[in-house]
Amino acid sequence: MVAAAISDAVKAQFPGAAIDIAHVDHAFDIDGAELKVLDDVSLIVEPGEFVALLGPSGCGKSTLLRLIAGLDRPRSGSLREDDIGIKGPHPSRVVVFQDPTLFPWRTVWDNVALGLEAQGILKKQRHRVDAALDLVGLTDFRNAYPHQLSGGMAQRVALARALVNDPKVLVLDEPLGKLDSLTRIAMQAELVALWQRKGFTTLLVTHDVEEALVLANRVIVLSDRPARIKADILVDRPYPRHRGDPHLADLRRQILGLLGLEATW
Amino acid sequence: MSTFSLSDVATGEAERGSALAGKLREAAPGLAAALAWAAFGASCLVREDVGDWSRTTDLAISAFVIAALILVAGVAASHLGRVGAAVRKRSPWLIALGVFLSLWELATAKFAWLPLPFFPPPQAIIEVYTDDLPKLLDSVFASVKLQLGGYVIGASIGFVTGVSIGWSTRIGYWVHPVLRFIGPVPATAWLPIAFFTFPTSWSASTFLIALATGFPVTVLTWSGVASVSSAYYDVARTLGAKPSFLVLRVAIPAALPHVFVGLFMGLGASFAVLVIAEMIGVKAGLGWYLQWAQGWAAYANMYAALLVMSLLCSGAITLLFKTRDRVLVWQKGVVKW
Ligand SMILES: Nc1ncnc2c1ncn2[C@@H]1O[C@H](COP(=O)(O)OP(=O)(O)OP(=O)(O)O)[C@@H](O)[C@H]1O
Ligand SMILES: [Mg+2]
Repeated sequence: MVAAAISDAVKAQFPGAAIDIAHVDHAFDIDGAELKVLDDVSLIVEPGEFVALLGPSGCGKSTLLRLIAGLDRPRSGSLREDDIGIKGPHPSRVVVFQDPTLFPWRTVWDNVALGLEAQGILKKQRHRVDAALDLVGLTDFRNAYPHQLSGGMAQRVALARALVNDPKVLVLDEPLGKLDSLTRIAMQAELVALWQRKGFTTLLVTHDVEEALVLANRVIVLSDRPARIKADILVDRPYPRHRGDPHLADLRRQILGLLGLEATW
Repeated sequence: MSTFSLSDVATGEAERGSALAGKLREAAPGLAAALAWAAFGASCLVREDVGDWSRTTDLAISAFVIAALILVAGVAASHLGRVGAAVRKRSPWLIALGVFLSLWELATAKFAWLPLPFFPPPQAIIEVYTDDLPKLLDSVFASVKLQLGGYVIGASIGFVTGVSIGWSTRIGYWVHPVLRFIGPVPATAWLPIAFFTFPTSWSASTFLIALATGFPVTVLTWSGVASVSSAYYDVARTLGAKPSFLVLRVAIPAALPHVFVGLFMGLGASFAVLVIAEMIGVKAGLGWYLQWAQGWAAYANMYAALLVMSLLCSGAITLLFKTRDRVLVWQKGVVKW
């Protein structure tokens, strides 16, 4: 009885799912030659963790996210969500892609409604779309078409389109890359608040070391292609974090060193 | 109401003068257009017709009435709202038309500079519209019916086929070679076969029109569906979309711009088939009317039918473009027809 109550409490606190990546290799065939992209990547993400993936451009970060999303299958190794093998995409794992890829023929509102519509629950859940739009501050643009949006607004719509599904795992591929620095900081705070409130597991790919440190529990540093895990760094600081935190500055120097930039910094 | 001020008094006189000049400049194109149409009316009356046409005076009166209407619209444009603005915008064309009609009248009915039976004057064509109207209307009705039936059938089949082969490689495997083999053959080449294999000439023509429409619609729908970026499918799949959703809500809307190009090309191709089928097989419609008029050397009837035909075809294309603009509002910079 007591045990059940505790496990319920834990579940409520962490409705996120665990992700277990074990010995994953992946490669692409380009003109007959094999391009190795992922090399024996193993990673266990606990439910409700916020993990940032850092790595040089073209090392295979987006590829890893596609495998986690279930859009591609790895050449070898296994990926699991809560001990269930990932065999294909599922709305419990929602991806915000590097490119917003909004559907140009749908209004902002209809784009955000996409997931609920695809799952056939839109009729009863329309308020969730409104709430998600409100969250990213685009209620006034609900009837606009994507070509009428700025790059940053488009990315916010893409974020709303993911969040409206109440995912267990939120997979973010540089979702804030196109935002101006002010909006970016505001969205980072928004993201942390949301993650703390909802407790989903978050995987975030970013180029920005500072962003990784301000947002994540854990930072994974990947090597050059083929990507291997170079370092797994715990960021044990309370939220909200300050950019000037000396501990974070230390970590930043350490990570930049791992990325081969110590000479300039 | 105390908005009146000193400066108004001082500049009032000068302003009135320049305002008058501005008004005159604004009204000038309208005046010229009215003049051109009055000239057309006058050209109908300058001398006796060289031939025997019954509608010359009626035509002159109509031309003067039009000239008067243009004059009113041009002068009072600001009081007529949309109508006035429309007339003003079209004044250059109205001038050109008036001049063209005057020259045509003089070159045919009055001085016969152009060889006569082949180049009838305007009043001869008006005569066709007033005296041969029932037959012309019957022909229009028959043409529209045949064209509409064939086009709708061909476009629907083409659309479904295009989506199927764009989506399913297995269906594509079977349909694609057939399409490559049969599609490029002009639909009119099937005409002799169609007319003896089909029970009626009407069904044969419908088949030919559908064939001419179906090929471009199929090919463009197919290429539209095939060229949809896989990123859209990725997004939809991660959000829980099933295959039917991917086809109906992703592939088809993304392919629609291509589909409309296909519908446009199909419309052009089917007009050609319609006219030929009517001339050769079906004993009705504008194509047949043209043929019949030629048999009787009724050149005025031919021009009259041709004019109606061009209005209908242009109208059909305008309708298609309007529909497209409606459906594809999300696209920026669509071409205006
Ligand atoms: N579909 C594909 N076919 C062939 N090669 C691919 C494909 N997708 C990615 N690659 C290759 O895999 C490598 C890793 O690509 P990936 O998109 O994962 O990089 P990334 O780490 O996300 O880079 P960036 O930070 O610039 O987005 C690249 O060299 C790319 O050329
Ligand atoms: Mg990437």
